[in-house]
Amino acid sequence: MAKPKEIANKPERLTGGHRLCAGCGAPVAVRQVMGVCPGPAVVSVSTGCLEVSTTIYPYTAWKDSMIHSAFENAGATISGVETAYNSLKKQGKIKDDMYFVAFGGDGGTYDIGLQSLSGAVERGHNFVFVCYDNGAYMNTGFQRSSATPQGAWTTTSPVGKESAGKQQNRKDLTAILVAHDIPYAATASPHNFKDLMSKAEKAFATPGPAFINVISPCPRGWRTPGDQTIALAKEAVQSCYWPLYEVENGKYKINYKPKGDKKTPVADWLKKQGRFAHLFKPGNEAVLADIQDYIDRKWEELLKKEECLA
Amino acid sequence: MARKAITGNGAIALALKQVEPDVMAAYPITPQTEIAQNYAQYVANGDVVTEYIAVESEHSAMSAAIGSAAAGARTITATSSQGFALMWEMLFIAASLRLPITMPVITRALSGPINIHCDHSDSMGGRDCGWIQLYGEDAQEGYDNAIQAFRIAEHMDVRLPVMTMIDGFIISGAIGPVETLDDEQVKEFVGDYVAVNSLLNVEKPVTVGAFDSLGGWYFEHKIAQNRAMENAMDVIEEVGREFGELFGREYAHFKTHEVEDADIVLVAIGSAAGNVKTVVTKLRAEGRKVGVLKVRTFRPFPTEQIREALSGAKVIGVMDRSDSFGAQGGPLFTEVSAAMYGGESHPQIYNFIYGLGGRDIFPDDIEGAVEMLEKAAAGDTLAQQRHYLNVREG
Repeated sequence: MAKPKEIANKPERLTGGHRLCAGCGAPVAVRQVMGVCPGPAVVSVSTGCLEVSTTIYPYTAWKDSMIHSAFENAGATISGVETAYNSLKKQGKIKDDMYFVAFGGDGGTYDIGLQSLSGAVERGHNFVFVCYDNGAYMNTGFQRSSATPQGAWTTTSPVGKESAGKQQNRKDLTAILVAHDIPYAATASPHNFKDLMSKAEKAFATPGPAFINVISPCPRGWRTPGDQTIALAKEAVQSCYWPLYEVENGKYKINYKPKGDKKTPVADWLKKQGRFAHLFKPGNEAVLADIQDYIDRKWEELLKKEECLA
Repeated sequence: MARKAITGNGAIALALKQVEPDVMAAYPITPQTEIAQNYAQYVANGDVVTEYIAVESEHSAMSAAIGSAAAGARTITATSSQGFALMWEMLFIAASLRLPITMPVITRALSGPINIHCDHSDSMGGRDCGWIQLYGEDAQEGYDNAIQAFRIAEHMDVRLPVMTMIDGFIISGAIGPVETLDDEQVKEFVGDYVAVNSLLNVEKPVTVGAFDSLGGWYFEHKIAQNRAMENAMDVIEEVGREFGELFGREYAHFKTHEVEDADIVLVAIGSAAGNVKTVVTKLRAEGRKVGVLKVRTFRPFPTEQIREALSGAKVIGVMDRSDSFGAQGGPLFTEVSAAMYGGESHPQIYNFIYGLGGRDIFPDDIEGAVEMLEKAAAGDTLAQQRHYLNVREG
């Protein structure tokens, strides 16, 4: 990977002046990914925070070509763009080498956009799909998605006498992408920019589809201070809520393994977020234990996968 | 040129092959499937340069078509019924992004209950999605319209997507005679594709589909879109005229038969127009003053021309192959009625709904409709405005 300083000195491909919230994780992830994109790109973005905040007509924050058409179809849209490129290139009508990237939030990736992404991956288009996972439909004001963790308050998994926030665990989307036999899949976090950017580099270098799932703290939806985004992303990784790993042609590699005390209790991380405040009131101890159990089970599972499929 | 015995679907797939667009994104659905599979075979045989995206749904077919067209590739798809309905969200976006995608629609009833046979509830349900709509009577018109669609869609005064309809099974699956053009004739007629604001122009990156909300230009963009529809009115005629000069089959927005001195005019669209014409010819021989107007262009609707053509009629019977729940009548009926309201003459107008879910329509049904209209013309106003043809009792 090029040195971070060199990358930082390259022209921005997502310019400042966009309207994303202070402390939003999404543009950090986008800039880290686009910072290592080896050539001109076409970016497809599903409807969501990133899209509405970066393309307020007649302005755009994108220096590359960008297309948005709807919520559930970033995968299908980029497959159309990439196919057009292949057709025109074969016919000698265009010369430049170009790259194809899609960005979707968790709503546009885990939920409504899953079919479109699955189809595009199965067909083997040459593109990189980046999910910025902030764990809910934040753009419409915090509604649960299948990426929302158990126990989280959202406006559609509210807290009340009969409910301690979302009752179900998250969908393991990265595993679903791995099940497609995708050539490259990874999780990443913006706090570890070196890791994220080297994964993006690998993704761009992969012929065929590649997928990166990036945790993206949302100060508004998580009820956290804007200056804590990077620290919260880091702690998500340390607690193994968001393990960093990659799967290259079926081979697993965990990029960060907290040993002993370094693996922090998830409750410490939850406590810093207003969306989990209710879990620390008496009566919700079992929910907290459930969340920890689930994280431990998934972490053990991942260690075993790495052991068997390294 | 050659005369071939071919299905409606086969003729359309051939037209698309002869145009040889850059990208096709398609998902199979009855009765469109033959187009999707014939084209896949052309690609497999190396007959075309087209890249084929075998998408996982029609929503993705239209989404991929939008991506491809925005990237500057001449792009096609094809669909029917539920597939059309699943695309619905994206149809509006294709039109509003001014992408000249063309799409044959093999019309089929919409669920529920599920029914795979012909009516126009699919395409008529999408009449206000911003696409130009051309309806064909038979395989020949399906073939010719599919070719002309590219010229209309890609015209710089238009730049709107175009859908061309033929009736599912009745035309799509039936073998009939089609005069086909040579590949070179088609290619020359259609011409090279000119991309506008392509995503793949690295010299000039573009943002397509920006957020255009309160304080933006959404309203003005919609007006510009409608202006393009108005421009299409002339372009459709110019292209149809040129097609006629070159190949001997001229096309306009509609075609009339025995309308000029007719007291009674039936307005029809799709394959049934041919049946009506046969009945009209028979009744004329009996001295009955009946005519038929066959609509080809439904969007943009040729209001003034139709009003003019129907101005001499005493009674008009509009035949719809789809109903409109809770409205005054089927979509064609309400359009024709609105057109006539703006004119000097105010003929009586009645609506005949027929053929839903593929129900047959027989010459006797059409004659029965004419008899009703003759009573109305004689001063005996009909009690109901909407009538259903060949419906089971009980």
